[in-house]
Amino acid sequence: MFREFRIGFIANLPLAASVGAYGSVLGVLASQKGIGWGELLLMNLSIFAGSAQFVMVEMWMPPLPIVEITLAVLVINFRYLLIGASLRPVFHGTSLGHKFAMMHLVADENWAVTMAAHHRGEASTGFLFGGGVCILSAWCSGTMLGHGFGAVIRDPEAYALDFAFIAVFTALAVSLWRGKKDIAPWLAAIVFAVAGEKLLPGKWYILVGGIGGALVSACQHKEENNES
Amino acid sequence: MNPDFNMTVFLTIAMAAMVTYGLRVGGLLLAERLPSSGRFRTFMDALPGTILLSLVAPGIVSAGTWGCAAALCTALCTYLTRNVFLSMVVGMGVVAVQRNL
Repeated sequence: MFREFRIGFIANLPLAASVGAYGSVLGVLASQKGIGWGELLLMNLSIFAGSAQFVMVEMWMPPLPIVEITLAVLVINFRYLLIGASLRPVFHGTSLGHKFAMMHLVADENWAVTMAAHHRGEASTGFLFGGGVCILSAWCSGTMLGHGFGAVIRDPEAYALDFAFIAVFTALAVSLWRGKKDIAPWLAAIVFAVAGEKLLPGKWYILVGGIGGALVSACQHKEENNES
Repeated sequence: MNPDFNMTVFLTIAMAAMVTYGLRVGGLLLAERLPSSGRFRTFMDALPGTILLSLVAPGIVSAGTWGCAAALCTALCTYLTRNVFLSMVVGMGVVAVQRNL
């Protein structure tokens, strides 16, 4: 377990710098809104979802609109329903308590790294959790530094740190490639996601693209059965 | 700071945390109750790849020609070297050079 934890932690290190830099931007925004460092740390530890926390801080204006904020978080994080579902093979044969304990530290980053490792047959829940602790450490360090001392890097875009996430996720997607049968589902996912981003508000495009692409794959399955 | 305000802060964070954790655990537990064979299995197996692409595709498109070029370099690098970190550096490098030109 510790060995897997360590491998997972190390595998997520390439992402930690970008996560920290974005954390520092959030820390600055939070301190401008009058959110204390303790409250911000509580958000990091209990919510642990970057884009949702950015939106929460944006909406942070006393008296706090609890219902609106909760709904916004629900919509932004809806993709975690799919992400959680896709982790089923990694959690195969584990106890309910283990699932409850390990699923909290699942972010886009360590999930993606874990799925790529799973594709090579190297993933485990310890690997996933190690990655989660790595991302959480970077996220907490970044936000606390930003809150206390201002942004570590004032303009992450100039260093293409925003593109770091895109580049890593692109690389991880390539390592998930399963051959010709992925062509149609992947093209569909790209088209659905790009169209969804243009036509729908918020983060719905992730769900539309993810589900749309996977549905195309499911349709192919039917065709194969008919042929045989 | 009156205590009411702090209570509201705590409640707001707690609600957001419960919703997020509920989605994470709910997805996993839901998947276990659904069939693990046939067409649904095919759907689930395709999901990691299609979610990842959906996360990045709009960002690549909105980054324009250079964004697409950087993503292609990243993809090619991964395909050839299987090194995710190197591929990330290549993609970021292309974008950083273009932005600072």
